[in-house]
Amino acid sequence: MSQQFGNITWVNGPVIRARGSRDVSMLEQVEVGEERLVGEIIGLNGDSITIQVYEETTGMRPGSPVFGTGLPLSVELGPGLLRSIYDGIQRPLPIIERESGSFISRGVHMNPLDRIEHWSYNPILKEGDQVKGGEILGTVQETENFEHRIMVPPDVSGTLTWVAPAKKYTIDEVIARVKTARGERELTMIQRWPVRRLRPYKARLGQSIPLITGQRVLDMLFPLAKGGTAAIPGAFGAGKTVTQHSIAKWADADIVVYIGCGERGNEMTEVLQEFPHLIDPRNGRPLMERTVLIANTSNMPVAAREASIYTGITIAEYFRDMGYHVALMADSTSRWAEALREVSGRLEEMPAEEGYPAYLAARLAEFYERAGYVETLNGKQGSISVIGAVSPPGGDFSEPVTQHTKRYIRCFWALDKSLASARHFPSINWLESYSEYTEDVAGWWREKVGQDWLKMRNQAVELLSEESRLSQIVKLVGPDALPDEQRLVLETSRIIREGFLQQNAMDNIDAYSDIHKQIAMMNLMLHFHERAERIIKRGANIGTIHALPIVNVLIRMKEQIPNNELEKLDDIRKTLDEQMDQLEAEYR
Amino acid sequence: MSQQTNQLTDWGIQEVSGVGRVEGPIVVVERAGNVGYDEVVEVIDSQGRMRRGRVLEVGEKMAVVEVFSGTSGLTIDGTHIRFLGQSLHIPVAEEMLGRIFDGTGNPIDGGPQPLAGTFSDINGQPINPTARVYPRDYIQTGISAIDGMNTLVMGQKLPLFSGAGLPHDQLAAQIVRQATLGSPAGESSKQAQQFAIVFAAMGVKHDVAEYFRNAFAESGALTRVAMFLNLADDPPVERLVTPRAALTLAEYLAFDRQMHVLVVLTDMTNYCEALRQISNVRGEVPSRKGYPGYLYSDLASLYERTGRVKTSEGSITQIPILTMPSDDITHPVPDLTGYITEGQIVLGRNLNHQNIYPPISVLPSLSRLMKDGIGAGHTRGDHSHLSAQLYAAYAHMQDVRSLASVIGEEELGAVDQQFLKFGRAFEREFVGQSATENRTIEQTLDLGWKLLSMLPKEELTRVSPDEIKRYYKESHDTN
Ligand SMILES: Nc1ncnc2c1ncn2[C@@H]1O[C@H](COP(=O)(O)OP(=O)(O)O)[C@@H](O)[C@H]1O
Ligand SMILES: [Mg+2]
Repeated sequence: MSQQFGNITWVNGPVIRARGSRDVSMLEQVEVGEERLVGEIIGLNGDSITIQVYEETTGMRPGSPVFGTGLPLSVELGPGLLRSIYDGIQRPLPIIERESGSFISRGVHMNPLDRIEHWSYNPILKEGDQVKGGEILGTVQETENFEHRIMVPPDVSGTLTWVAPAKKYTIDEVIARVKTARGERELTMIQRWPVRRLRPYKARLGQSIPLITGQRVLDMLFPLAKGGTAAIPGAFGAGKTVTQHSIAKWADADIVVYIGCGERGNEMTEVLQEFPHLIDPRNGRPLMERTVLIANTSNMPVAAREASIYTGITIAEYFRDMGYHVALMADSTSRWAEALREVSGRLEEMPAEEGYPAYLAARLAEFYERAGYVETLNGKQGSISVIGAVSPPGGDFSEPVTQHTKRYIRCFWALDKSLASARHFPSINWLESYSEYTEDVAGWWREKVGQDWLKMRNQAVELLSEESRLSQIVKLVGPDALPDEQRLVLETSRIIREGFLQQNAMDNIDAYSDIHKQIAMMNLMLHFHERAERIIKRGANIGTIHALPIVNVLIRMKEQIPNNELEKLDDIRKTLDEQMDQLEAEYR
Repeated sequence: MSQQTNQLTDWGIQEVSGVGRVEGPIVVVERAGNVGYDEVVEVIDSQGRMRRGRVLEVGEKMAVVEVFSGTSGLTIDGTHIRFLGQSLHIPVAEEMLGRIFDGTGNPIDGGPQPLAGTFSDINGQPINPTARVYPRDYIQTGISAIDGMNTLVMGQKLPLFSGAGLPHDQLAAQIVRQATLGSPAGESSKQAQQFAIVFAAMGVKHDVAEYFRNAFAESGALTRVAMFLNLADDPPVERLVTPRAALTLAEYLAFDRQMHVLVVLTDMTNYCEALRQISNVRGEVPSRKGYPGYLYSDLASLYERTGRVKTSEGSITQIPILTMPSDDITHPVPDLTGYITEGQIVLGRNLNHQNIYPPISVLPSLSRLMKDGIGAGHTRGDHSHLSAQLYAAYAHMQDVRSLASVIGEEELGAVDQQFLKFGRAFEREFVGQSATENRTIEQTLDLGWKLLSMLPKEELTRVSPDEIKRYYKESHDTN
């Protein structure tokens, strides 16, 4: 397949230069040296060719050959993607393990998708049908719960001259023939797509359906819409990864693409070992069955880290094109930006801020632009929601990656180091975070739960910001200086913080809150506030309110009441009212 | 087993006379032909003395070489460079335990070169995430602030973030001395686990190395220790090799010889400074504070050489030590370290001033692998809630303490006064212990409950009512 087009002239870590043919193209995938390490052309200047290499270049030397493939860096798309774990350039890690043991050696070439497995294929279209790119030819039941829709590649259209009968096929076998303007094309269940080119869709649609994450602070206070974009910036240990894992586990997406980009090996191992045993609350199937993992950990080659983001989002687009809702997590986009910086530095490009190349912002924009809620080429609706972790140096959000990211995302979940050290998790700072989808998703909530979610949300946010103002005073003069009505604001806010915002990802019950549970909990807490406020106005003091047994019940209910026993929350409401009634009676 | 791809791919030896440029620890060779990236070289000066280095960049007729022991005395015309045609390998063998090596792996204890059948590339290869076993077995260190609040797990990388003058060496030595494979509270410990210890010193003073050597000797561990020493007066560039050599041996012991290995690396700040020096001499674009943009990846290439894999019973647990310049945790060295390691144990100057040993600041400390290494079957069922409650109570106490400093302790409410008392007791009795005190996990957990019992039950919302019933000590509930 590949042909030598030149010879290496210079090696500096992951970046090499070669001299040779002028026929190679920018972003072409190449193979470097006798070991044929995978690389990509990132610069052309006369007959000098700059290549980033996705594997360790130790031992590479001037004079060694460089081979072209004629194709841009691409991914394989088709049945078999689900449950996979790939490195940044879609090499299957389990197969690398089988071939080279516990350590990843270089120069291993293997197919991303299994060529041997037979998939039961059911055609939908018939001979003689006119087809356009994106249309659904047939289906494969890839997992018990997932129908893989085999589509005509986006760049193919014409008349079907032959359609394979329903039967088991490997992904290499022809399942249809199309007569196109440029001759007959044979279609298989596999597509290749260049990672850096976005896959086409028919139209962008608005975003008004929330991506429910089961994380209370997100769903109730700072909701993300399906097709939306969110960033989670935070210092180390603030909780980015646990939050991303929680979303990957519990979000109501059809497909999850999780990109471990320059982070810890053990965190990927954890997902690999945990997800097959976790059950999707919506369909009773193992979570792994809807998941694709990309793992290019911090110690794996840095150029492949740069590519991993694109590999992941292209896979996400492919599932979106079938009409599915995809949630994509990238942990961490800062490591991706650093990979850009490292390669840029070796090229001695002019740096902009903090050594990052001037095109950092443009690249970030391109990435987040690939999120969206769309009408697909085949007329279905699909979405990609993108959630990027950001790791600012020193936890300082004024640095370039956080700042540029902020321009392209609409949901900002700011993690707070001081909350994290007090073990308030998720450490999402309720004053600094925001969601621009809040109003857009309010209608959905009203329809789903029949209650004014937006009003409750705003009440909670108001209480919390009032608390923050009052805490400033308390820090100077102590709580006793405040009137009891204001101290009640502190008390209710404490209940909301500890009982609602804090959510323990490690607790079986608390890890995931059903939307009805979220609403009911918030309702109870606001009800508590309302009743207590009335009683305090009548002269009760804050001490008696704080001493009510119900206070601890409200704080503990998150871990005590499972999602399928929500009627117990009614009992709590009854108890609350009883205790309040009694107190109220004393102050008539 | 696999990783020691004993790949001495010979690219052929070649020699060049004369160099083009010498600058800092860097030599630029101009007439080199067929040189490989990352190849080892021997640099021979006009007196015939040899030093080693490695290739950082190659062009068609040019190679940039970093010389480990520095370039002093090298001349333009009188220097010979011998390119050895392979990347840097060291011998690895079990008999290296009990021995002392310099920063590049040559014996300096007067003993012979170790007899090794295996030579391994010091850079190693990345562990495949699918081949890892997620670490879940805790290590009992006998130190409450660690075992109770930031439990160390076998196969974890957990650094000590310290500052000049703080007792990080004592603490590391105590951890190494007391570490055993943990067992559930109340059960007698499984057969005492003997860790092999790989110790790498980078730019530390002689007395620090000597302190560790004595500490190992006193605990009778010396035969289980391999020491790699690059001391303060040794060449800085050699520091870039030292931890890699040490980890290469550790990987061999853990993954080929099935041993449990504790690796202590000190001081990572010196290592990073050496890296910065090379980067600056080469005129690379710096990121923060002059450190190169690839510092994160470089550190990851060390710290990630930790853990467990399916094909071996062994494990590597890393305890890197670093001193934070001006005690600043946002400095690039602790910052990037914290982003890679599985938590951090932070030492605090305040506690140290109060003569609390070990002065572990629990709030900024973290063990990310604790959650799966504790609980019923590992330590005790209440451990997770107990530590969360201690954290919450101690964090609240900090707020109370700062309020007290404004309005005075007498002005505090009764409950807040109880919190203050709790905080003081927590620091003195729970965090504080002697350098020889080795507490069982049960003692640590019971101590935690004893302290929580200084607070009113209603304030304890992180522990369950059942746990309160079982462990809370009523007698203290009066004030
Ligand atoms: N929702 C949560 N529930 C319980 N613990 C959490 C939660 N989020 C974070 N943590 C704790 O914080 C630690 C660090 O979180 P992590 O997500 O790994 O941080 P980051 O990725 O920001 O460095 C975790 O190991 C865990 O102990
Ligand atoms: Mg993380």
